[in-house]
Amino acid sequence: MTETDHPDSVPPAVAAETEAAAPEAPPPEAEAPGEVLISVADLTKHYGAIRAVDGITFQVRRGDVLGFLGPNGAGKTTAMKMITGFLEPDRGSIAVAGIDVAADRLAVSRRIGYLPEDAPAYGEMTVEAFLRFIAEARELEAADEAIDRVLETAHLRSVRGQTIETLSKGYKRRVGLAQALIHDPDVLILDEPTDGLDPNQKAVVQDLISSLSANRCIVLSTHILDEAERVCNRAVILSEGRILVDSTPDALVAQAPGHNAVRFRVTEGDAADVAATLSAADWCAGARVLPGGEVEAEPMDGQNRLNDVLAAVGEHRVADVRVREGRLDELFRDVTRGVAA
Amino acid sequence: MSGLARRFTGMRAVLRREFHGYFASPLGYIFIVIFLIASGYLMVSRDFGRFLELREANLDALFSYLPWIFVVLVPAVAMRLWAEERRSGTVELLLTLPITLEGSYVGKFLAGWAFLAVSVLLTWPAVFQVARLGDPDWGAIFASYVATLLAAAVLLAIGLLFSALSKNQVVAFILAVAASVGFLLIGVPQTQEFVGKWFGGYVERVVSSLSLLDHFETLTRGLLQLNSLLFFVLFTVGWLVCGMLVLGQTKTN
Repeated sequence: MTETDHPDSVPPAVAAETEAAAPEAPPPEAEAPGEVLISVADLTKHYGAIRAVDGITFQVRRGDVLGFLGPNGAGKTTAMKMITGFLEPDRGSIAVAGIDVAADRLAVSRRIGYLPEDAPAYGEMTVEAFLRFIAEARELEAADEAIDRVLETAHLRSVRGQTIETLSKGYKRRVGLAQALIHDPDVLILDEPTDGLDPNQKAVVQDLISSLSANRCIVLSTHILDEAERVCNRAVILSEGRILVDSTPDALVAQAPGHNAVRFRVTEGDAADVAATLSAADWCAGARVLPGGEVEAEPMDGQNRLNDVLAAVGEHRVADVRVREGRLDELFRDVTRGVAA
Repeated sequence: MSGLARRFTGMRAVLRREFHGYFASPLGYIFIVIFLIASGYLMVSRDFGRFLELREANLDALFSYLPWIFVVLVPAVAMRLWAEERRSGTVELLLTLPITLEGSYVGKFLAGWAFLAVSVLLTWPAVFQVARLGDPDWGAIFASYVATLLAAAVLLAIGLLFSALSKNQVVAFILAVAASVGFLLIGVPQTQEFVGKWFGGYVERVVSSLSLLDHFETLTRGLLQLNSLLFFVLFTVGWLVCGMLVLGQTKTN
């Protein structure tokens, strides 16, 4: 049928059985890193005098959901267009599933599902006709089953007969995802999959992406760190075509200013007193009364100091106590502005 | 897969989608109706074809005006094909599928050509009438249809190039009409006289050999001459190749 028959992509349970049958096969390790599906080396692209992508190198393995983060114009889209073979790099190499993109774009395109920016689709076609065209272009033998499957996955059954131009943005984005999934690819490249959607539509698309991450590798771009935290297990921050940070969303969050800051409301007693007491503590980087009347205390070392805070509060009565995640947008600005300066 | 087939990967899917696309909206039907009214009018009009006055059992009155109708209508068929694809961004989707640039380009060309062929073949009642009224030269009629389809192919290849050049359908249409008119005007007697007077007989013969109208007329007379057939094939392929080169540059803008 499709490329799922490839031995690399069998589900773990099946893989375990197959390997157990072989006499000297090593025991299947859930923790073992997946094979490298995208390998990018020294990738560079200029538009005239502007360096859109400037010598980036990274690898993405099966099971990874890599978020490309960065301001507009950071080179995220350009990098993705080169991985899919739409743009040719000026320098550097890209291999997808071991196939060199420059040497065999067609073979690579069969392994990739791609959602371009703004999810372009043929507006005059119905959802089903559009997916049928994609299935035909991909030469799928069991096209009907594949279309049924992605209609189900992307929750599009109810609009299968509607023309795409009449759909809402959220539905259009899901049509784009369905199109990218129709051949059950190992590699998904999603360019700003949630950009321009309302919060409900965002949540639907994010859940969808999370549900797809098992046994694949996904690269998506976004300029919302929160989103990266929700769906990605790796975050790469790009700015001016260079990789500034290659880390995990959790590690990024831990670096964010105000990480583990404790915020609460003083119900009995003077908030300013409490803030002054907290500021005096040796672990505290500072405490202040916020405009809304709440008190926020920031730890110096970024550790969770909830117990220390509660101890310092003493006989004052407090409510709505919570530990804050940190100002991700501030971290994002700090990191990316360093280059721009 | 052989090298050549590989080069045109995806052509069939694009051809089918585009051909159905013409009939998915009223535009395709409107086009056919306009084409049939215009060709019918020019055929029987006293100022043009004078089919009824001539009382001859042939279709010269129909075919001799078709290239001039095509000058306007073929760019209308072609303008959408790439301009829309680039405007809406679907070109990126298309060319990251297992579809080559050549495959999609030729697929679109063949879809437009097939649509034009359907329109042209809908002139069958004229053939039917001639056959009823007299004893026409079937060879000439067959050759005229071949010539008409070949002329449509050349003009479609021109229109496709301008569609690949401009994201704006209207701009693509106007440029294609201008280029097609220029291409046809090479063949009118006034141009040839002018060229002969200023540049001499040799240049006149060269220009005349590039005349679509002359080759078209040769074919419609029932002479399936090799050099006239080659003229159409070479120019069609030439414009298609130029268009692919243009699209290779413009697809990412």
